[in-house]
Amino acid sequence: MRLNLGPVLYHWSREELLAFYEAAAEWPLDGVYIGETVCSKRQELKLRDRLAIAREIASTGKQVVLSTLALVEAESELGVLQRICEQQEFMVEANDMAAVQALAGTGRPFVIGHALNVYNARSLATLVAAGGAVWVPPMEMPAADLSRVMSQVEARGTAPEVEVFVWGRQPLSYSARCFTARAEGRTKDDCGFVCSRYPDGMPLRTREGEILLTVNGIQVQGGTPCDLGPHLLELQAMGISALRISPAATGTAEILRRFSDWLEDPGSEPVPTPGYSDGYWRGGPGMASGASGQT
Amino acid sequence: MELVCPAGNLPSLRAAVANGADAVYVGLRDGTNARHFPGLNFDDPELAQARRITRDAGVRLFMAVNTYAQAGRWQEWARAVDQAAHHDVDVLIAADIAVLDDASSRHPELPLHLSVQGSATNHLALAFYHERFGIRRAVLPRVLSLTQVQRLAARSPVELEVFGFGSLCIMVEGRCQLSSWVTGHAPNTCGACSPARFVEWRDTEDGLEARLNGQLIDRFAEGEAAGYPVVCKGRYMHASGRIDHALEEPVSLNTLHLLPELTAAGVVAVKLEGRQRSPAYIARATRVWREALDASDEPVRDAGRSRAWDEELAALSEGRQTTLGALDRAWQ
Repeated sequence: MRLNLGPVLYHWSREELLAFYEAAAEWPLDGVYIGETVCSKRQELKLRDRLAIAREIASTGKQVVLSTLALVEAESELGVLQRICEQQEFMVEANDMAAVQALAGTGRPFVIGHALNVYNARSLATLVAAGGAVWVPPMEMPAADLSRVMSQVEARGTAPEVEVFVWGRQPLSYSARCFTARAEGRTKDDCGFVCSRYPDGMPLRTREGEILLTVNGIQVQGGTPCDLGPHLLELQAMGISALRISPAATGTAEILRRFSDWLEDPGSEPVPTPGYSDGYWRGGPGMASGASGQT
Repeated sequence: MELVCPAGNLPSLRAAVANGADAVYVGLRDGTNARHFPGLNFDDPELAQARRITRDAGVRLFMAVNTYAQAGRWQEWARAVDQAAHHDVDVLIAADIAVLDDASSRHPELPLHLSVQGSATNHLALAFYHERFGIRRAVLPRVLSLTQVQRLAARSPVELEVFGFGSLCIMVEGRCQLSSWVTGHAPNTCGACSPARFVEWRDTEDGLEARLNGQLIDRFAEGEAAGYPVVCKGRYMHASGRIDHALEEPVSLNTLHLLPELTAAGVVAVKLEGRQRSPAYIARATRVWREALDASDEPVRDAGRSRAWDEELAALSEGRQTTLGALDRAWQ
């Protein structure tokens, strides 16, 4: 199984991003996703900056994929999306059907991102026929369903590679409204880029103090991060091609080391991390954790 | 402007028809549509009756098969598509590529509309569904500003339908997994957001608690209207300790005042949300919108009637308040 770094989901500064990718070039990774998937107002890096970073990383032998916006509403956003889909240097990850439409026209392979609604073999086969070469299943898809879909597409002879999100806060929803701005009494149009104050997202707890959600601009994520380390043997047995680690403000290198050590020498599975969830994979609420015996 | 009204059962359907709906949308009593609530929706004989009633009244019948077919259970969705064709409904509303593909290939004569659950918010996404499956219309997710709707309408390869009134989803429809984060069930996979069997009301010293699968979504003081615990409408605690409706307050969408702009933009239909609502609610909401649509041809607006409509709709609204939602950029 390959080890991939997902796109940075948060609003980090230009300096932080450049430093992050400079370090990432040395990490034990097979692939790196680069691109803004959440908010088009985040302009610390322009497309040309991302292409420069991509070329640097690609020169180290890693595969680079350009990620795209999950919720595309404005004409300007469509314009940027189309430019990304038209470039031919790097594969593109589609997170909105607009990208699928644009990419299908190019005849080049692309990544079917987890923000696209693919829950069954027939839908997957349609997108594979359009050029989908790698599929990242929806966050909420249980292992059992994934397994079923994979065997069905294999039987049809149309199987893409499958990449599973195994570490990080899982994106759950997208909105027109910016919830980080709202928390600071602002609107999206005068947000002041307050989301940059939350490099790992802004936590929301229930009224009795339980961690529940994480706010990241127009995106809401799970409160507890996901860790599918306890399921590595199963992932491998299923024929999963790649594991996606979602970048955090600190500790990403250590996490990658943990997974890459296991991949080099698969022994027993990593011990579950307390406070992390794996509920979706096990077929229940996303917030549940096998580590705490929850169902 | 076509007035498209919800019906969760035959009494509601009759109420919509009697009060001036141009079209009514229904679903089957199973997980193939996104209002899969206990006791709601139509079985096959009821669907046949719905067809008779609407045909006699000259009202169009739309059927929603708008959830995503789950692995290993394809036959349920294929059967629903067949039922729609068998009963000669005017439109099949679908979201899943597999369902659209199946319907367009096996029942090419059955007109297709892209459900709001298809989450298409731009002309390229619409083009995808139009070119491959021949959709004639799309229901727009409630995430676009008025300007964005106007621009999209100008470029859209298909007719557009927008929500006019009802409970407001604040996340782009079709791609919201907040409910499954807490309960393991969500609209895409199970046809329901925050299913009732996970809801628990607890009377405590501190107030009435509304819990969803054990998680405290909100707590209401005496005299405070208690809302159904959907994750997006809860009150949450920030790091500062402040507790508020961090995502959204209970509020209903009401776009009545934008009818002139939406009409001018070329939007062809307005949809009222609420298949889970009572026949009385549907009767009242339909009547207000019928009057408003009929009056929209009049050159001068009657402020008094306008106010009366607003009051009627507010009375039907969540939290007794209404909003333009994302259509108004200040909401975003």
